[in-house]
Amino acid sequence: MSMVFAPCLTETAAPTTHAEPAWSPYDNNGGTCVAIAGEDYCVIAADTRMSTGFSILTRNYSKIHQITEKSVLASSGFQADIRALQKNLDARHQIYQHQHNKQMSCPAMAQLLSNTLYYKRFFPYYAFNVLGGLDNEGRGCVYSYDAVGSYERSGYSSQGTGMQLIMPVLDNQLKSASPLVLPLQKSTTPLSEFEAVDLVKDTFASAAERDIYTGDAVEIVIINREGVRRELMDLKRD
Amino acid sequence: MLDLRLLEPCSLQSSLAACADPQVLGAAPPTFKLPAVADLDGFQKAAVQMVKPAKGTTTLAFVFKHGVIVAADSRASMGNYISSQTVKKILEINRYLLGTMAGGAADCQFWQRNLGTRCRLHELANKRRISVAGASKLLANTLYSYRGMGLSMGTMIAGWDESGPGLYYVDSEGGRVEGKCFSVGSGSTYAYGVLDTGFRFDMTVDEAVELARRAIYHATFRDGASGGVASVYYVGPQGFKKMSGDDVGELHYKYYPVPEATVEAEMEDVTTS
Repeated sequence: MSMVFAPCLTETAAPTTHAEPAWSPYDNNGGTCVAIAGEDYCVIAADTRMSTGFSILTRNYSKIHQITEKSVLASSGFQADIRALQKNLDARHQIYQHQHNKQMSCPAMAQLLSNTLYYKRFFPYYAFNVLGGLDNEGRGCVYSYDAVGSYERSGYSSQGTGMQLIMPVLDNQLKSASPLVLPLQKSTTPLSEFEAVDLVKDTFASAAERDIYTGDAVEIVIINREGVRRELMDLKRD
Repeated sequence: MLDLRLLEPCSLQSSLAACADPQVLGAAPPTFKLPAVADLDGFQKAAVQMVKPAKGTTTLAFVFKHGVIVAADSRASMGNYISSQTVKKILEINRYLLGTMAGGAADCQFWQRNLGTRCRLHELANKRRISVAGASKLLANTLYSYRGMGLSMGTMIAGWDESGPGLYYVDSEGGRVEGKCFSVGSGSTYAYGVLDTGFRFDMTVDEAVELARRAIYHATFRDGASGGVASVYYVGPQGFKKMSGDDVGELHYKYYPVPEATVEAEMEDVTTS
């Protein structure tokens, strides 16, 4: 009696309805970034957890990068793309310094970052950036970006996986008159530097409760006329 | 063994450079690398999802006797999330040319800044200002060359040149249309209703500004993706001027004030003897 291999009925009866996921050049390493601008200071903060899927890759990875004396970039998203972006900006800043014999101002760096992101419009940097620093008058400035370079200067911003948890709290505490309203009204926050750092710590502690990708520790960088200083606060590690 | 040949970038540089004059600095369009994935369309769709352009918006512009009025809201949304209430959707290309933003915020910002550069180069090369028709044509031709690549822009170029007021609608499909009245965005239908009802060609500037402000307000009232601040600009022979910027929440109570509640007279207790 010859054995005929009969095709398995279950396979043909229930064909798979979804395509196999193709290789993707991107991954999301999670994390949240926040920046607050004040009269003469700027606070930039980011958590230090780096994840992939449901795993934690490391608990102390810095998402903050100081590009110039007066600008600090915090980015969440795909850290490999972010590393490449930081190196690109560093190189461009070095060239600028050689050509102009001075450091780039924060508003100039803001536009450079926007153009750098847009030049990869059809293969974007998976990076959600917040640029913080002091402008030419010494006032704090915060610029927030989308993945392809659209940017806007504001008084405060947050990006990343915890953005939707933190932004309403910042709106509640810091929201001021829109810069688009006529007659123009002052829109910098009246908070002092100490109060702003406290607010940042509180928001990260809350975000770590409800966002799985935010936690471990928050690195806070403060720029003011004296210079740049760092603080590190522990967060829940679960 | 992983096949890494797919990671070699295949660039669009040669074909893009061919359609521009490379000798004029800044006029050659920027070159863009493409990812070497098998399914480019699918990849672009996924990338667009990641970028999540701000589609919800209301912008409008119309020509009347004294010039052009341009107005817009200021909300940017990424899906359900309001990513900003303070977006500048009216971009100042130069002192007498304005552009509006609808669709992809980055696309609008980048290409309108690029347009400003090329308008300045035109002035330097020809010793006269570029016309609104010329500026809108520059932008439309650039967008046409990127047709099908996933750019998302629905912009109006408004300005004043030697032939008077000019208004063009230019979009990322490569379309360019001249007109006297346009509204673009998810709230455009609401704005058209108010605009078409109240429009008269011989309005004064103040009446035209008020009409535009009301149209934006009504659009933000009914469209969830529009909101923030209603900005109104006027473009006349001396260039543009920002006429007003009002929070739409405050405009609501200005147009529809809550009437004072009438206080009922209290009934006195009557003591029964």
